[in-house]
Amino acid sequence: MKINVFVTPKKNVLDPQGAAVGHALESLGFKGLKSTRVGKLIELELTAADTPEFRAQLDKLCRDLLSNPVIEDYRYEIQ
Amino acid sequence: MRRPDSACPDFHFLSGMNIAVLQFPGSNCDQDVLHLFATGLRLPTRYVWHKATSLGDTDLVLVPGGFSYGDYLRCGAIARFSPVMRAVQEFAAQGGLVFGICNGFQILCEAGLLPGALIRNSSLEYRCLTCTLTVEASTPTFSPATLGATIRLPIGHGEGNYRIDEAGLARLEAKKQILVRYAGNPNGSLADIAGIRNERGNIFGMMPHPDRAFERFHPSQDGLAVARAVLATKFPEILKRSA
Repeated sequence: MKINVFVTPKKNVLDPQGAAVGHALESLGFKGLKSTRVGKLIELELTAADTPEFRAQLDKLCRDLLSNPVIEDYRYEIQ
Repeated sequence: MRRPDSACPDFHFLSGMNIAVLQFPGSNCDQDVLHLFATGLRLPTRYVWHKATSLGDTDLVLVPGGFSYGDYLRCGAIARFSPVMRAVQEFAAQGGLVFGICNGFQILCEAGLLPGALIRNSSLEYRCLTCTLTVEASTPTFSPATLGATIRLPIGHGEGNYRIDEAGLARLEAKKQILVRYAGNPNGSLADIAGIRNERGNIFGMMPHPDRAFERFHPSQDGLAVARAVLATKFPEILKRSA
């Protein structure tokens, strides 16, 4: 099983990195940019069955380690 | 706690204190902070390796600055899961005194021992300078009355931008949990916050470095008073001792 975990700064939390990348995109002539946010992609490969228990465990892992709920949101895709 | 050795004026009962400096892979201010307490305040101070599962007999736990675990994932995120942090959690839950500086502050926030989080400086730059900080009336021993209205301490960090939600900030203000604020905000921190304590008043954290401000060749010597103010929370005798 492959899992992609996406960790992004919360919408209401300042994202200095995203703002800087946004400015750079504008200076390259990229028009109409409304917002740029920079996050992380964490790729996991494992052997497990996709059960409700597994999902609960995965959510806990995302909350406790992979993201910091004070400043970040997460979502994941299971392939 | 051991009794004083009256033969030596340097030794009163505080010399029976036991101060622990945590060491994680990537800690690089462990020696500085040990030096502050051991040489600056002349108190028995020792290192505790991150794999230790017990702190032993300890009166104060210091979480030093640096780049624990290479700042991987988020600053302080991995250190939080070190075996020693379980012991720190228990120690803190029993009211034990904990003080985190710079990366130590980030670790305490990640561990949930202090509220909020520290993100990338708004400038995206690593900031290394001596800051003027305004002292808040936070506790009887950490206040302008004991430290003066302002102090000067060096900072050196890329992720010192303090963030907390609105309700959290209101709570910090209402409970007087803010210890120091930047006079000129170097990193974008919300409400200019440079250091906070928990509500109970036994866990302290700040981005500025008292451990880089006590020798004559340091840019300031205010670090000693800060170290004393934190210690005095539980050990007011420290304030009676001369520098």
